[in-house]
Amino acid sequence: MSEAFFLPAALAAHAPVLLVAVPLTLSAVCAALPSGRAAWLVALFGVTVSLLCAIELAGATRAPMAIVSYALGGWEPPYGIEFRIDGLNAAIALLLALMGFLALIFGGPSVEDEIPKDRRSLFYAAFLICFSGLSGVAITGDAFNLFVFLEISSIGTYALVAMGHGADRRALTASFNYLVMGTIGATFFVIGVGFLYMATGTLNMADMAVAISAAGENRVIQIGFAFILVGMGLKAAMFPLHLWLPSAYAFAPSFVTTFIAATATKVAFYVIIRFSYDVFSIDSGFVENAMTYVITPLAIGGMLIASAQAFFQVDARRLLAYSSVAQVGYMLLGLGIGTGAGVTAGILHLINHAFMKGALFMALGAFTISYGVRRIDDLKGLGQAMPLTGAAFTIGALSLIGVPFTVGFISKFYLVQAALDKGWWWAVAAILASSVIAVFYCYRMLLALWVSPPPEAAHRPGGKVRSTPLMILIPLWFLAIANLWFGVDATPIVDLARTAAEAAINAGVTR
Amino acid sequence: MIDMILERLPYVAAIVLMMVGLYALLATGNLVKRMVGLTLFQTSVFLLYIAIGKVFGGAPPILDYKALKADTLDPATLYSNPLPQVLILTAIVVGVATLAVGLALVVRIREAYGTIEDDEIAEADYSLELEKGV
Repeated sequence: MSEAFFLPAALAAHAPVLLVAVPLTLSAVCAALPSGRAAWLVALFGVTVSLLCAIELAGATRAPMAIVSYALGGWEPPYGIEFRIDGLNAAIALLLALMGFLALIFGGPSVEDEIPKDRRSLFYAAFLICFSGLSGVAITGDAFNLFVFLEISSIGTYALVAMGHGADRRALTASFNYLVMGTIGATFFVIGVGFLYMATGTLNMADMAVAISAAGENRVIQIGFAFILVGMGLKAAMFPLHLWLPSAYAFAPSFVTTFIAATATKVAFYVIIRFSYDVFSIDSGFVENAMTYVITPLAIGGMLIASAQAFFQVDARRLLAYSSVAQVGYMLLGLGIGTGAGVTAGILHLINHAFMKGALFMALGAFTISYGVRRIDDLKGLGQAMPLTGAAFTIGALSLIGVPFTVGFISKFYLVQAALDKGWWWAVAAILASSVIAVFYCYRMLLALWVSPPPEAAHRPGGKVRSTPLMILIPLWFLAIANLWFGVDATPIVDLARTAAEAAINAGVTR
Repeated sequence: MIDMILERLPYVAAIVLMMVGLYALLATGNLVKRMVGLTLFQTSVFLLYIAIGKVFGGAPPILDYKALKADTLDPATLYSNPLPQVLILTAIVVGVATLAVGLALVVRIREAYGTIEDDEIAEADYSLELEKGV
């Protein structure tokens, strides 16, 4: 255990477990509370504790190769379950807690608008379960424990997505399809872990990495890797396995879409990085082949096809959902390149995508609250009616395209650079082509937003327009400013991504 | 060949069960039957894990705690591996929870649509879209 960063030492020593246990325990409290507002406060408290722990852990793992290891229940790893935090998952846990915190502030008014009164405390309980599951996936060092946390978070997410059924009953079928696909994905992951356990006799990921590099060419291990890649690819919405995502994002309540778009696929993506670069090694020809011949073509396919699909959408959130699939393609391309620069670009885009999609979905949520709109046609004139929200949405959209002085530009720049270093000019062409399509679909939304007179009546019952609550504007503008700020001074996030990539490639085990 | 298959009977059973589950999942439009397929699919993995834990000639790894001393353990004794069973207990809990959530969703779908057949649900949604003019 390294020096405490800013929390008192007694708390800092248990920060890894508090990060997960506090929200998990509070979810039971939430479910028992009669009032939605009290449940919201409890949830906010839980997420704040997680955020503080995540900042503490990120601080403790700033140094290169620094590792925080926490033996759960005092059972020493590799026999007991270990929470193991290095530069890579500290960054993911921090991003997750930050996005959870911002989304929850946004969620206060948004949930009040969309969820019936008697369901709100249960809703926040499901959110806390989902949140703690995702944080557990992010920081655990045990492969089977990872599966359990993954399913905890998924079950929470299914319930959350289905809560959109008040506005549109298709949320139920979307949630059911997500459940079927998600369970298949998780089961594939378990099969993969089973194969690795057969061959290595351990479930601790660091220990497994040592055993795998010692085993050399082993067909059982390779099959295990393939199962894990497909399973997590499903959860991360890797291109041909993304079919659950657009409907789930389009029909879930605004708050849920904001939260899962910024976190859930990112955490699954983190697991792919963890397994391909840390538990396995990119130096083994087998993983390198998988990256070059499987991940890269799928990434490029996703970038082009999902972007093109996004262009033809009617529903604004469905458009952004397809765009998310395309953005996952960028991240995977970073992995596919397979160099330190590539992984850095992938992680950088992961962080930046959370910022831009968080801002975009929050802005859409604000439009929904004020005018009750979801379709792109209905966005007409809202820029003049709600200039602050419209401006933040515009910043997010520009960042999504990758306009200079936004974070989207930074990560695409690093990605192009990494591809050029490797000599993959066609990958650069695909990035540019996908960005051009992004210009078109963002143009459609921005055109509707700004170049029309403001609407007279809302699509809400009674036609009344609600002014945007401050609790939405604050997190929204926080993200919008983050998009601009890190677009100008990218050093902090680039450093974070670089430390994470180094931790993934070099530091995870003693090779 | 037959010897080889017979030696690996649990694995063969796991594969068969898995394929039956996946097929049931894909072939039916009935949402409850889909959940049955999904559960079969998960169960096949439980079987796979349990099969890993078997050590030929291994004794059950149960020791008398009171009589246990450092030198009473014979290093030559083989024990079966208890860990996969513990893992699968957890996985069963996860599977049951997923099944419960899935069936709860099916109930809500039945309430909202009046049917649990996939094609009828798609039809209902499509005619709704036509009405709304989306």
